[in-house]
Amino acid sequence: MTRDEIKYMILDIIQDIDDEAEFDGLDEDKPLRDQLDLDSMDFLDIVMELRKRHKLQVPEEDYPQLATLMSCVNYLEPKLKDA
Amino acid sequence: MMPDSQRIVITGVGLAAPGGASTLAEFRAQVLAGRSGISTLEMRYMGVHPAGLCDFPETKYRKKRDNKRGTRAGCLGVYCAGEALAESGIDFTQYRLDRTGVYMGLTEHGTVETENEVYNISQYNYNVDYWTHHHNPRTVLNNPAGEITMTFGITGPHYSVGAACAAGNAALIQGCQMLRLGEVDVALCGGLSECTGSFGIFASFRAQGALAEHADPTKASRPFDQARNGIVISEGGCVFTLERLDKAQARGAKIYGEIVGYAMNSDARDFVLPYGPRQAECIRLALDRAGMTPADIDLVNTHATGTKQGDIEECRAIAEVFAGCENLRVNNTKSIIGHAMGAAGVLELAANLPAFEDGLAHPTINLDELDPECALPGLVSGEAQKLPRAETILNNSFGMVGINSTLIVKRLVAK
Repeated sequence: MTRDEIKYMILDIIQDIDDEAEFDGLDEDKPLRDQLDLDSMDFLDIVMELRKRHKLQVPEEDYPQLATLMSCVNYLEPKLKDA
Repeated sequence: MMPDSQRIVITGVGLAAPGGASTLAEFRAQVLAGRSGISTLEMRYMGVHPAGLCDFPETKYRKKRDNKRGTRAGCLGVYCAGEALAESGIDFTQYRLDRTGVYMGLTEHGTVETENEVYNISQYNYNVDYWTHHHNPRTVLNNPAGEITMTFGITGPHYSVGAACAAGNAALIQGCQMLRLGEVDVALCGGLSECTGSFGIFASFRAQGALAEHADPTKASRPFDQARNGIVISEGGCVFTLERLDKAQARGAKIYGEIVGYAMNSDARDFVLPYGPRQAECIRLALDRAGMTPADIDLVNTHATGTKQGDIEECRAIAEVFAGCENLRVNNTKSIIGHAMGAAGVLELAANLPAFEDGLAHPTINLDELDPECALPGLVSGEAQKLPRAETILNNSFGMVGINSTLIVKRLVAK
């Protein structure tokens, strides 16, 4: 997957969690939780969805890597390069 | 008579009933017309069966994402509680959020969520890494009541009352008791059912020979009829706002009725078979506590679910207690909405509460050939009837493992 594809996949997962999520003006380098109505259970939803869609296991110690949209892309890019 | 500070009144009703009624007025119109709320549902592993399904504004009080995260019972509860509060005109300027209690009656909880998760992991070769982190918060027994408190910022006590199909009445009784004890000043009490989401509940009734079948789903729920063959499973919800009479009157609240008597007891004999003599004891105990005699009751709303023995047991109990009460009328709401399990008692009370205003008893429907063993005098069949007097309603709700409940509600007579 390209970096853009990964970014849109993450946004798609968030949209699935909250269909009222507003992405206009989203700063890719700022924590998603500060900008969207997301809590820890929602982050676990993102982790679960990555597992379901791409059989990707994100270990708990890596959860901080999913904090911003850009860090998600950076973290997932090597793992999804063949996806 | 009790002081007004100990008299408990109903000041708000919120409901979602099988067939699509989502207000008391819509529901009353449905039951007076005898319009069945039963349709069909295609159930996983089970095929198509008659069922009572609700249609209500699910996002009126919370977002779709919260409905996805929570449970169907929570979704029903939040809507019904929101409506009950709005109806009662309580905006928490008169009452405190930390002095408000939420008591929800449930027949069961967690069955739907567990079945769904087992099905989910079956799609991943039963790898439990795919089991959702939402499972525990969804299946803790306080879940639906807790979802209500989270939505409305209520910080008083909340919990569920598990009492099989007597649960709705049991939650109302709990609310009355907490108000009388001074534990809370407002009680949101009701019952909820998400049972139509569980194949296991359908399958268990079928295995027991107690799941209703009929080519026309609107005729499947037929308590007291010779051709009855079991229960129609329904989802639903109903929440009442309860307050003490003095405070309710001081703030000029509309008062739907006063809970003047209640009782619960146990058969202590069988897992599933009901027992009329103990039901009769329960009814008598409620009458005693209300300071009433059988002749004081104007309308009995029966619990009867459409099973062979269950209907007969209740009819024997009613015939015995109310022998000679010529002005008594008897009806059954499940013939119209099916069996809403934890919500049954409260939905059935709501279906009849407007009798204090319109003076009518809604009909029992689908009574094509009355079972002689269920031929109660005063049974209202086919069409609504004018009640000889509309001052008191006695509501029965019984459940599995031998649990009985009776509630008596009276038109408010102020001192």
